[in-house]
Amino acid sequence: MACNSSTCQSSCFRNEDNINNVGEHPRDTVPIETSKNRTSVEGEQPSPCVKCKTNRTISAVGSPSGENGGDAGKFCGDCFRSNLYGKFRLSVTSHAMIIPSDNVLVAFSGGSASSVVLQFVHEMQHRAQKNFEASRDRSLPVFGVGVAFIDESAVYPVASNKYDKSIQQIKSIVYNLPPPLKPLHIVPITDIYPSDSGGKDRLGKLLDAVNDITGKEDLILHLRMLALQKVASEKGYNKLILGSCTSSIACHVISSIVKGQGYSLSADIQYVDARWEIPVVLPLRDCTAQELNLLCWLDGLKTVELLNSRRAGINSLVSSFVTLLQEENPSRESTIVRTAGKLKAFHFNRIPEINDCDMPLATQRRIKRYNQKPQESISSEFFCPICNSPLDNSELLSLSAHDGSQSSKLNVCCCSSCKFQILPKDPTLMEQFYLLLPQQLVSRPKSSNHGNISLLR
Amino acid sequence: MEDMEAKEPRRTGTRLCCLCNQRRAALKRPKTLDQICRECFYEVFEEEIHRVIVDNKLFNPGERIAIGASGGKDSTVLAYVLSELNRRHNYGLDLFLLSVDEGITGYRDDSLETVKRNEVQYGLPLKIVSYKDLYGWTMDEIVKMIGLKNNCTFCGVFRRQALDRGAALLKVDKLVTGHNVDDIAETVLLNILRGDIARLSRCTSITTGEDGPIPRCKPFKYTYEKEIVMYAYFKRLDYFSTECIYSPNAYRGFAREFIKDLERMRPRAILDIIKSGENFRISTSTKMPEQGTCERCGYISSQKWCKACVLLEGLNRGLPKLGIGRSRGLDNGDAKDTRQSSRTKQIESKSCGTLDF
Repeated sequence: MACNSSTCQSSCFRNEDNINNVGEHPRDTVPIETSKNRTSVEGEQPSPCVKCKTNRTISAVGSPSGENGGDAGKFCGDCFRSNLYGKFRLSVTSHAMIIPSDNVLVAFSGGSASSVVLQFVHEMQHRAQKNFEASRDRSLPVFGVGVAFIDESAVYPVASNKYDKSIQQIKSIVYNLPPPLKPLHIVPITDIYPSDSGGKDRLGKLLDAVNDITGKEDLILHLRMLALQKVASEKGYNKLILGSCTSSIACHVISSIVKGQGYSLSADIQYVDARWEIPVVLPLRDCTAQELNLLCWLDGLKTVELLNSRRAGINSLVSSFVTLLQEENPSRESTIVRTAGKLKAFHFNRIPEINDCDMPLATQRRIKRYNQKPQESISSEFFCPICNSPLDNSELLSLSAHDGSQSSKLNVCCCSSCKFQILPKDPTLMEQFYLLLPQQLVSRPKSSNHGNISLLR
Repeated sequence: MEDMEAKEPRRTGTRLCCLCNQRRAALKRPKTLDQICRECFYEVFEEEIHRVIVDNKLFNPGERIAIGASGGKDSTVLAYVLSELNRRHNYGLDLFLLSVDEGITGYRDDSLETVKRNEVQYGLPLKIVSYKDLYGWTMDEIVKMIGLKNNCTFCGVFRRQALDRGAALLKVDKLVTGHNVDDIAETVLLNILRGDIARLSRCTSITTGEDGPIPRCKPFKYTYEKEIVMYAYFKRLDYFSTECIYSPNAYRGFAREFIKDLERMRPRAILDIIKSGENFRISTSTKMPEQGTCERCGYISSQKWCKACVLLEGLNRGLPKLGIGRSRGLDNGDAKDTRQSSRTKQIESKSCGTLDF
């Protein structure tokens, strides 16, 4: 990596572990070699954990298959775990993601990030419960936790026996957590349509109308969010917790850039995203996929890989690009996220102030807001009805110049990226497409956008 | 008669140009994937560049403009198209060719011959500035001293200043370079990957350095590299296509490869990257390097001395590692430098400038 510039902040040299090898085998160095080389170079005694300085490192004790990146060679299991949990806790407390009066819903896909976030939220709840029982006045309530799994088998068909097995696994993961019991909601993605309207059919037709393979995948993502929002709202949750980690956010940064979404990008990658009815929070934003996989391996956290959706098109190209970069420099993903983090956030990227007098004083005192002081942000009023990203100036211009039918309204309301990769080009197909969209999407432009665009100008 | 013409393409299996609907389509336009004929390609290619020039008000009538000419495809096409458009649309510009002689035997001497032929072919006066004259060192001498690692750093830093000095000698108002949209998209990605927020904020602007002595602009900001190659090929332009002997692109960088893959999948992705870059809103609380002037030579610099002076000082004192990499000192540089350069080439495609100007 060229870091000739004095302003380089990618911390290319911070990770001493990797310097030894990357120079000689730039492309095909696998972490496992790193640890082997280290032991052979430094003799019989590998250095102990850098934090506690006593225990042996994870890779010295015995490393998992291929999943012992930088941290495995640095930390012992306990220090690694508490370090990772610390990152999670810091993002939760410093952004007021979870407060005692909350009822949070964890979006669970079955992957390792989901497993870790569920485990961590559970640990946090468990500690809160212990404090609650120990305290005399019991003034701090314990927040509630629920789990939602969006069943996408209507979109990505799976054999029924495999499907049943996966569902069984998910149930056992959630129900085997120690009490308090967490309700599990298994929601078919077709629930975004009213139950009597043949959701599976409509969804199939809707997706068939999208020609671009990347566009189709992105549309499914947006619909998944819709389904999560719906279940959270119906079951009385007030926060939605996602397992997005540094690695997945880095991929999102690059793919948004490639899709021309440089304006709206910063809205998606903050710790908090309150543009939705139920605010979305990303407590694992500072943890990489390697770390999460390592923790799953260490603690024997079960994952359900089967129902993970495959990536295709541009998204898959981007993720293999980012993986390649990460192999070349283990801090690359966090550099990407940190760089993109310097873009201006939006006004909705924070938990709204709560001026609720009913809330007990003890709870109010608990809310820390060091990262909540008024920062500069962009305020945006208009959102793409499909992907809910804020519209940039040129997109707003086309919005104001419009008058026409409902379906062509959709065409002007959308961001340019959705216009290109999701909406049908043919105006006659457009009408059909409009009717196939779930009502929640279609009603968004009507209520928020189009009503007052004329007032604005 | 019309019937005959309509039938003919079907019979021979060739398509008509989708713009003029008259001539046979000769190529698939990389930017839009339209099948068009050669004449229409020339027209849309030139017209797009004309629109970019007019819409962005790149030039004012009566200005003296230097074209950074390396003899490569980008700068040759730029020189040709600019002199055409200047004539056709009466821009009223005085155009010059400006070349930098890095002193690379077997590479630059040959490419300069191409530029000298272009001088005659397009009737544009040529000015050559050499590293030897400006700095007292040729690249050959520098490489002999420091080897093949980091040599592109020297060349790049020196070239930037050499172009500005040459432009000052020609007393031009602006300098145009042949950076195309692929180059700029690559720069956007690289700045994200390496966390260079200051460069990220300015790398997509079509004109840079307006506060400096000589502004630079990139008329090819929206022009696809593939189209430039096609244009040069069909017009049989005289250009030099060998790679620099000190920076052979044996493997192109990750970022470049990624962009080529993207283009294959979705041609407009390259333009979308530029659009993203233009739409970035950088938080004002981010620390940006302050611009000042070099205490030694007066060139713009964010540090006490400009990079060229630091590097030159290192060369002249026999300490060529001075000013390379993160460290400014001498003691902790060595070990890291070599590793850095071996990584350099993986992620970036061309730190050296076959196309850069």
